Amino acid sequence: MTRMLLRGNEAIAEAAIRSGLKCYFCYPITPQGELVEYMARELPKRGGVFLQAESEVAAINMVYGAAAAGVRTMTSSSSPGISLKQEGISYLAGARLPAVIVNMMRGGPGLGNIAPAQGDYFQATKGGGHGDYHLIVLAPSTVPEAAQLVMLAFELSDRYRVPAMILADGMLGQMMEPVELPPPVDPKGIPQRPWAVTGAKGRPPNVILSFDLEPQRLKEMNLVLQETYREIERNEVRWEEMATDDAQILIVAYGTMGRIAKTVVRRARKEGIRAGLLRPITLWPFPYEPIRRLSERVPTVLTVELSAGQMWEDVRLAVEGRAKTPFYGELGGVVPTPKEILSEVKRHATG
Amino acid sequence: MPQASTQVPEGYVKAFFRPRSLSDAKYTYCPGCHHGIVGRLIAEAIDELGIQDRTVGIAPVGCAVFLYQFYRVDFVQAAHGRACAVATGIKRANPELVVFSYQGDGDLAAIGTAETVHAANRGENITVIFVNNQVYGMTGGEMAPTTLPGQRTTTTPEGRDVRLTGYPLRISEMLAQLDGPAYITRQSVHDVRHIQMARRAILKAFRNQLEGKGFSLVEIVAACPTNLKLPPPQANRWVAENALKYFPLGDLKVKGG
Ligand SMILES: Cc1ncc(C[n+]2csc(CCOP(=O)(O)OP(=O)(O)O)c2C)c(N)n1
Repeated sequence: MTRMLLRGNEAIAEAAIRSGLKCYFCYPITPQGELVEYMARELPKRGGVFLQAESEVAAINMVYGAAAAGVRTMTSSSSPGISLKQEGISYLAGARLPAVIVNMMRGGPGLGNIAPAQGDYFQATKGGGHGDYHLIVLAPSTVPEAAQLVMLAFELSDRYRVPAMILADGMLGQMMEPVELPPPVDPKGIPQRPWAVTGAKGRPPNVILSFDLEPQRLKEMNLVLQETYREIERNEVRWEEMATDDAQILIVAYGTMGRIAKTVVRRARKEGIRAGLLRPITLWPFPYEPIRRLSERVPTVLTVELSAGQMWEDVRLAVEGRAKTPFYGELGGVVPTPKEILSEVKRHATG
Repeated sequence: MPQASTQVPEGYVKAFFRPRSLSDAKYTYCPGCHHGIVGRLIAEAIDELGIQDRTVGIAPVGCAVFLYQFYRVDFVQAAHGRACAVATGIKRANPELVVFSYQGDGDLAAIGTAETVHAANRGENITVIFVNNQVYGMTGGEMAPTTLPGQRTTTTPEGRDVRLTGYPLRISEMLAQLDGPAYITRQSVHDVRHIQMARRAILKAFRNQLEGKGFSLVEIVAACPTNLKLPPPQANRWVAENALKYFPLGDLKVKGG
């Protein structure tokens, strides 16, 4: 273990390098500049390839190429850049190529601003690009967790041959915290990729494709994806609970908001309100089941997001009318204070 | 139906072989289409250089989307226009591989212009085979960036009006202005003599990569008889008499040469 004091952006970069990242492709955008710069500085020294592409479109297609060639590969960006990557992400999903994509969300839509936001939840968890596919979406709420989830993203992406996304926001990217990092992974521990394009030496040619003009066969291709997604849903749902045992009101919040919500829960408890928190760590697969279970005994489930209510839809799908499901969100890069959230909690816990 | 015999009759010697790196799959191209000729020239170059077991091809979106079926080499099918970026990713991940992309004019010179220009400008050590048939073949014969002035296509039913849609894009000339590329050449395959010249150009473009010289692009001015609505011999003539006026043949850039 190495102890380092790092910003979220840097911790993500360092964790990726330690995960055996071989090729990183990027196009600069705020608020993930430190990630790009860290990679430019560190990755070539440590045997990897850093390349600044001409656009996010090019960067994600370079990722597609590197993934096809069988190496661990990653790109990072923020909201507008992630929109440009959607075509390539859909191709990665269709071709079953493992890769990691980092989205340090900022205010939107359009050019928006560079303040923290969570407005890309739909895009990340419901498809974003065309076709029936999912990404594995991981949402860190602290710098150490960001590092840990990057390593997990590479692992899961390899295991299931599904691209994985780290969905965080500008606040986490800038935040500085001490991080314990494991030593770099042993390259021998990285799963073999017998399907990769490495030159057809002593084997039939490998082909990486995301299409089939014959509907029945494309259906079969899709069914393989769907089976994989069901398997991921069975095995990989992750979440954290805080003070849920006796909760009279449950907050559901992820990422930066999940972190702020912890403060809210503590303050509410001091004031005699039995608040609890469920913080989804995987946004896809979403923790429907634990939320459903809690909604059987908690009368109010309050969703708090830096959006107009995107994850809220999944919370309501989980609750299915068993509890009240109010929402509190901020927009445009405005981050609510614990006090503001607390007054929402009070309003709903007592009302 | 009588089958053509593959037996060599007595007194004859077989002199024309299928390149080893071509598979047994039948081409999906229309009769007289130049994609088929170019595809074979690539296979011959791969055979001659002995690189079949370390070559990776990139199939485009376009009439050549099935390219991977025609070769006995590893292949990646790329999104429309992104082949040069995908090739970059593969080559950077594994520089031991010989990486070539194969792209139409819509793919390379319209939707993929940025990826093409920047791969060239980086001097990316890849080989690009660019088939300029002046139309969007696969989608039914729409205007391409390379469509000739006055040429009728399904989206220029009265002929391409340069006041509305601009002029045929000579992207090879543009790329030749850059410092990055090692080799930019324009060839054609409308007759035997030109096929021989195109063969040499393609071989050089692959050899350059083996020698680490960097970005090499061979443009082939090609015929699409189906969309020209001409029988193949007339389509070949059409290339010679019309297309080559806008797209003159020859080397546009040879680094250090
Ligand atoms: C993003 C995207 N836009 C459009 C298409 C539809 N499309 C398929 S092939 C093609 C044009 C191909 O023309 P060209 O590159 O000149 O190759 P050709 O078919 O003539 O060989 C288009 C527009 C697509 N597949 N993807």
